[in-house]
Amino acid sequence: MFKRIVATALASSLAVTLPFAVQAQEKVLKAVMHADVRVIDPIWTTQTIANIHGMLVYDTLFGNDAKMVPQPQMVGKYEISPDKLTYTFTLRDGLKFGDGSPVTTKDVIASLKRWGAKDGVGMRLFSYITALEAVDDKTFRMVLKEPYGMVLESLGKTNSSVAVIMREQEANTDPQTQVKDSIGSGPFNFAKEQWVPGSKAVYVKNPHYVPRPGNEPASSFAGTKFAGVDRVELVWISDSQTAMSALINGEIDFFEAPSIDFLPMLEKARGVKLMKTGDLDSTVGMIRLNHLHPPFNNPKARQAMYHLINQEDFLRAIVGDPNYYKVCHGILTCGSPLANDGGSAMLKDYNPKKALQLLKEAGYNGEPITVLQATDHNTITPATQVLVQAMREAGINVDAQSMDWGTVVTRRAKKDPPAQGGWHIFVTTTGGVGSANPVLHTWIGAACDKGLFGWPCDAKIEELRNAYAFAQTDADKKKIATELQTRAIEQVVYIPFGQWTVPLAYRADRIEGIVPNTGLAVLWNIKKK
Amino acid sequence: MTAYIVRRLFATLPVMAVVAIFVFFLIRFAPGDPAAIIAGEDATAEAIAQVRAKLGLDRPVFEQFAIWTLQLLQGDFGISIFSNLPVTRLIAQRLEPTVALTLSTLFVAVALAIPIGVVAAWKARKFVDRAVMAFAVLGFAMPVFVLAYILIYFFAVQWQLLPVQGYRPISEGFWPFVGCLVLPSVALGVTYMALIARITRASMLEVLAQDYIRTANSKGLATDRVLLLHALKNAAVPIVTVIGIGIALLISGVVITETVFNIPGLGRLTVDAVLKRDYPVVQGLILVFAGAKVLVNLIIDISYAFLDPRIRY
Repeated sequence: MFKRIVATALASSLAVTLPFAVQAQEKVLKAVMHADVRVIDPIWTTQTIANIHGMLVYDTLFGNDAKMVPQPQMVGKYEISPDKLTYTFTLRDGLKFGDGSPVTTKDVIASLKRWGAKDGVGMRLFSYITALEAVDDKTFRMVLKEPYGMVLESLGKTNSSVAVIMREQEANTDPQTQVKDSIGSGPFNFAKEQWVPGSKAVYVKNPHYVPRPGNEPASSFAGTKFAGVDRVELVWISDSQTAMSALINGEIDFFEAPSIDFLPMLEKARGVKLMKTGDLDSTVGMIRLNHLHPPFNNPKARQAMYHLINQEDFLRAIVGDPNYYKVCHGILTCGSPLANDGGSAMLKDYNPKKALQLLKEAGYNGEPITVLQATDHNTITPATQVLVQAMREAGINVDAQSMDWGTVVTRRAKKDPPAQGGWHIFVTTTGGVGSANPVLHTWIGAACDKGLFGWPCDAKIEELRNAYAFAQTDADKKKIATELQTRAIEQVVYIPFGQWTVPLAYRADRIEGIVPNTGLAVLWNIKKK
Repeated sequence: MTAYIVRRLFATLPVMAVVAIFVFFLIRFAPGDPAAIIAGEDATAEAIAQVRAKLGLDRPVFEQFAIWTLQLLQGDFGISIFSNLPVTRLIAQRLEPTVALTLSTLFVAVALAIPIGVVAAWKARKFVDRAVMAFAVLGFAMPVFVLAYILIYFFAVQWQLLPVQGYRPISEGFWPFVGCLVLPSVALGVTYMALIARITRASMLEVLAQDYIRTANSKGLATDRVLLLHALKNAAVPIVTVIGIGIALLISGVVITETVFNIPGLGRLTVDAVLKRDYPVVQGLILVFAGAKVLVNLIIDISYAFLDPRIRY
């Protein structure tokens, strides 16, 4: 009887796995990313997963490499005038979209204009552009009113809202409206008819894609890109344990963001490898204070909060394993080229008693401090709990308001006083790539009403960010970055509580050629063994 | 009977209208803003306001309701705010996995629970009965996700007999389709099995104490005929009621199972849509769930007339 049961089970198992074997001939890469593809327009939203989708389908004029240096991608050659006001770009030969139509400067100009009307970095660049015009089908010219130094870095940026090149017909879509089709000149075509939002997004090899010649080594968004498989399936598995089991069982090949709790199991699993992707790909934790309302409209009260933060407490609660986190007493990503010690002394003095004393000196009299406490986020939730506990232990009257992350996102936009639906504090995270550059790092900005939630307001910070964009040498850039960080810490644009990197996991016995991601996970160049 | 069915179908219209009104306003009164989610982490308040205006979410809520009602009357559930795809397409994509999981779970539950319940009643207060009751308690007490992970660990990860996750439509072959449903159906079915087994036992115990059963036994009828033809048929009404409730619960309540086994069904679509505040999708789904529940209730009511000739409509 037992033998019969086993035989039946084996037969069923064979029947189940046989179609997988047949499909394997097609070379399919099955990847589980950190989120599901729900939006197919990487300009319309800043969601990271929409940009990962975008980078499979679209190509960019430039691509920043792992050291954040821009390298030509769709551009074959370019010239910069001696006064640094005119950039002339020529596209590589033979570039085509997934539908077979040629890529022309009309497509490029329309795409850049759409990007420049929506993305913060693009808007900044376009504020210096006086003319963007086609010379012919392959060459176009960008004329600036001032020698803005971030043109190529902006075009090659690798974090949110990448400057992708669409067909003119899609690029002419209002940037506040999502494009209906996703057809690019990247390594893969999006199979829209097979898309099941919340479950699976499918990409097939783009037969018209023309990679950069010369087999240049891939480095983040730079180098030669190619479609190493016939088909990529971004499978969405919301349960981390199920995704881990699926990787161990060989049902998926690539797992972008495994839960840190499961890393020891993955390390031991046969055929599975973990890849650390470096400081630039880390997540940076930050506590944002509302500069509009008391007590945090007073810099002294904001600075008092530094004395409550012991980064190790936060990082242990979020990550646990010191192999994957780093204490970082800076605003610019630690480990990045511009990381420095400017102002960091203020972040190192953990002293809760001093925090309360400084708050009182700043006029705080025990009024409730409203903290927006997200309850459904794997990192922000524990970080907020640690913060609330630290504040209460110091003797601060905390009104921790629990809500889902979607509600925090809405509530934080309110400028009303905390007692009337506003807030004092919320916790959030940002990416290491963006935080490594003073211009790309939007949370360091202090543009008052036009800035991000919390609305820091400081002309000097904005002046320094601008100055960075015009700096001509690396030494100048480093000097300005140090000054900027010192000033930002003094003004408390936010309170950092460390950075962490979750390694990606993959089946080393099945795939090879993974390009370490910097900002966005990239799935080109991966081959099936 | 026909007049009854027509009357019941018409009676569903006000129910659906009330559901539509409630779901529309409740989700809008709940905190959260899809525009903020779309605009993303680094968006300014102005950028969020622009997205909100473009989606029409800045219009008065009654105007939004009027637009949605007009669309609904034309059979249009609207467009997902996020994916830009018609809600009907999203629901249609997810219907097959949910229906397949519901039916396979019911099959597992009913096929095992009714014989177990009948045997337990027949052998009341003996070892078999106590074992069945112990199983029923365990079945109720064991959370679905715990059993699910245990099944995955042994049957998928350790012995590699079945896939960990995913769903294969029946169009890709019968065995792949069945293979993906075995573990989720068992994990989900155990609770329903316990429930149906208990109800079957209780109902059978009541019927087995009736005079006509004693008469049937004294006539010398075989035990299986007495149990199945005389007792079970008369005990069927409460069992069918519980099965019907089970179907209604399963259609909308399989979120955990769908999540653990990564089955792209309606439950997960609902949770995702609620968390993302994808209003048109949530509204469409609630209407579908309400319609399904009304329909299942109607089928159960009709089945009573077939099971018990004394019931007439």
